[in-house]
Amino acid sequence: MSGATSITGAASITDGSRAPKGTPVRSVSTTNACRMCMPLGACLAFTGFEGTVPFLHGSQGCATYIRRYLISHFQEPMDIASSSVGEAATVFGGEANLREGIANISRVYEPQMVGVATTCLTETIGEDVGPMLLRIAHPTEGIEAETGIAPPTLVHAPTPSYAGTHADGYQAAVASTVARLAEGGEPSEAVTLLPSIVSTADLRYLREIAAGFSLPVTVLPDYSDRLDGVAVARYERLPSGGATLADVAAAGHAKASVTLGGLVSPGVKLAGEILEKKFSVPAHRLPLPIGIRLTDAFIETLAKLSGREAPEWLTKERGRLVDAYIDGHKHVTERTAVVFGDEDLVLGLCVWLAEIGITPAVCATGGRSGKFAGEIERLAPELIGKITMLDDSDFQMIGELAETIKPDILIGHSKGYPIARKLGVPLVRVGLPIHDRVGAQRTRHLGYRGAHDLFDRVTNALIEQRQDQSPVGYAYM
Amino acid sequence: MSKVLASRARQVTRAGSGGADLDCEKQSVSGSVSQRACTFCGSRVVLYPIADAIHLVHGPIGCAVYTWDIRGALSSGPELHRLSFSTDLRERHVVFGGEKQLEESLLELIERHKPRAAFVYATCIIGVIGDDVEAICRSVAERTGIAVIPVQSEGFQGSKKHGYDAACKALMTLIGTGDTEGITPHSVNLLGDFNLAGEIWIIQEYLRRMGVEVVASLTGDGRVDLIRKAHGAALNLVQCSGSTTAVAKQMQAKYGTPFQKVSYFGIEDMAAALYGIAEHFKDPVMLQKTRELVSEEIAAVLPVVQECRAALEGKRAAIYVGGAFKAISLVKALRLLGMKTVMVGSQTGNPEDYKYLADLCDPGTVIVDDSNPAELSTFLSEERVDLFIGGVKERPLAFKLGVAFCDHNHERKIPLEGFVGMANFALEVRGSVCSPVWQFAPRHQGGADAPAAEPVRAPALVEEVAS
Repeated sequence: MSGATSITGAASITDGSRAPKGTPVRSVSTTNACRMCMPLGACLAFTGFEGTVPFLHGSQGCATYIRRYLISHFQEPMDIASSSVGEAATVFGGEANLREGIANISRVYEPQMVGVATTCLTETIGEDVGPMLLRIAHPTEGIEAETGIAPPTLVHAPTPSYAGTHADGYQAAVASTVARLAEGGEPSEAVTLLPSIVSTADLRYLREIAAGFSLPVTVLPDYSDRLDGVAVARYERLPSGGATLADVAAAGHAKASVTLGGLVSPGVKLAGEILEKKFSVPAHRLPLPIGIRLTDAFIETLAKLSGREAPEWLTKERGRLVDAYIDGHKHVTERTAVVFGDEDLVLGLCVWLAEIGITPAVCATGGRSGKFAGEIERLAPELIGKITMLDDSDFQMIGELAETIKPDILIGHSKGYPIARKLGVPLVRVGLPIHDRVGAQRTRHLGYRGAHDLFDRVTNALIEQRQDQSPVGYAYM
Repeated sequence: MSKVLASRARQVTRAGSGGADLDCEKQSVSGSVSQRACTFCGSRVVLYPIADAIHLVHGPIGCAVYTWDIRGALSSGPELHRLSFSTDLRERHVVFGGEKQLEESLLELIERHKPRAAFVYATCIIGVIGDDVEAICRSVAERTGIAVIPVQSEGFQGSKKHGYDAACKALMTLIGTGDTEGITPHSVNLLGDFNLAGEIWIIQEYLRRMGVEVVASLTGDGRVDLIRKAHGAALNLVQCSGSTTAVAKQMQAKYGTPFQKVSYFGIEDMAAALYGIAEHFKDPVMLQKTRELVSEEIAAVLPVVQECRAALEGKRAAIYVGGAFKAISLVKALRLLGMKTVMVGSQTGNPEDYKYLADLCDPGTVIVDDSNPAELSTFLSEERVDLFIGGVKERPLAFKLGVAFCDHNHERKIPLEGFVGMANFALEVRGSVCSPVWQFAPRHQGGADAPAAEPVRAPALVEEVAS
């Protein structure tokens, strides 16, 4: 992080006079990072396509580390192949490894698609993966000639760890898949939803909402079945579920695309942008729909695209959410939070917290889109001057700042637990990764229902904190 | 039949089949979805528990993130090892080199945390971009007055085993640099115990009762200054033999320190380890104390073991762990619970390990090296396994199929070493195997896709899927 001088990458919106004392300066090194690497995001995204095996072109460790990180979150098998690049391949090039690896995966998994993500090693030694994949898929000189197996669809996402975060890797993989497979044609009635990293429960709920508008919607990618599956008697090497490759092809002639989130490092393309540029599919872009205001904007977009009003059940969900806000507001009013995680998630959470009366005094992310602060300012102007925003941050910075401002609550993934423990405040676990609780995949963040869950969890955590600290030990409020 | 790649066919066999030795200790097959990690991982896990050193990962962020506080290696004092430090290289460093970033990071972190030493782990791209890590370490060591030790752990160098060697090389730079005055003749170093869930404290307590002094732990609850004195110990006890045998061998060559390979898992191996120490020192008093200790400890845990055995008798177990030596202890421990091991494998076993396993296990037991989800899941089904023992990556395979699971990995929170560890192990195994939840698992519902009640007798092990 050397060279950065301001706390936020974007123009500072912190009112200097009200900035908390002891605002940390950036360190040269990173301690306890608040992000993961690009290949992890790519593997997660590739898992959201039917019949697809994520494949890392690099040394064996990358695949294994990422597998265990994602397994610990989703509690599901997570098979990621590796080209197991060794010393010789590092010196002479890894094409033979890549070829053998894809052949072997084809033999054992019989996939429809292999999503190849590069790692820092193969990017640094300059592997030109695109042409390699063409050679591997070649009808007479490719793997089919040696294995007799027709090669699966091969997609390549360039994801060197040094170029961005897991969120960037995720978007890069979705964009690469769309760029490779989308096909133009007569515009259909379908809408392509392109969410950033959300939970499997969120993905299911997005589909449910879309169905409420009778809107044919494809969610790209959709790992809700593969990473939150049912118990089975016979192991499925490639669990069923995910957006089909036909769905991806059809995205090229959809009526519109709606990107939810999509804050990425400069240089990373979004699938929605590609669909618009290449196939003139109108691109809508909204923040992740968290809380009433941001969900209203999403619902309004769906209403416009479908030409229908929101279904009654959805309107009622909203109504119950407003009712819940009112019932619980006294417990949350004027409290302060430290929020951290992926840029898109933190942005949504901050806008939501503002609407229930909690000040997200520190909004921190490991992302570095450069747009984080500006987006918070645009969507929750009431926070201007009251909060500190940190992008490209680590838990060293977040911890120092949290100790200064002494928040009532932390909201973020499980890696913030050491800070919560030190401060003696609750941590409400959201986002990815959640490694110290069950149910990470079932955590709901999006829409009215997600806001309802978040509101109950945050409010109850604050109530419990007061109750536990009360000398009286009351059991009635 | 399991679909095994032709290039892996010689890494799977059955005990008693009289086949050739397993073709182990080789680079994972590309695209096989190996459960193994890399060289960096091997170095990182061995050195990680040294609690008063900073462990700086030199490279882009991933390697540091995935090794942040993931090991349950406890410390009785400082906890610097639980922080994840990275030089967090960016595109500009890849283009212009990361030496300045490394130097500044080291100076900053040493100033902030005042560690007793710093380990610098070189990740995949460091050699490629041409950083001279050794030179930077030397210069920072001179400026700060602490040991700054480069660990050549580029992931692509090979498997975890290469990383063990790099870690051992790093440890050898510390050993021999401390004052050994006052160390008693009945003294040992504990190698290859990482103090997961406080296990090393159990072993240290046994040794204290036997009258044995522990000089240094390599590396559980490890301290830099104690490791410096390790050459003063009379004997090295090597657990997890794959990871630290290199240190023991080098210490033997350099300082004449003998070593014993030990395992603290299971009653049998734990007792054997303690008796081996007493025999080494040829001290009748120590031997007597050891006898008392062993009988006392066994008496304390035996009722628990017997109670669990009653519920577990005849159940079938599968083992897939990192090191084969641990697998050997587990086979014996399972036997004590009346359970039969029907599959056993490891990521890093050597030919001798697998031969020992083949002799130890009942004929027909599947023995596998460097396996993967496709194979393991098939073995679980076809061998009608009731319990799988492994780590994080193995757990979901078991659970998805409705098979009980015992975590025997880095992050375990329950100590499994020592006599008390055997009781914990028995309770953990019973807790999962006898849980009522399995009644709802499709595997136990007798549906059309449930596995056959009786296994085919010694089915062909592999269907090779390529010529």
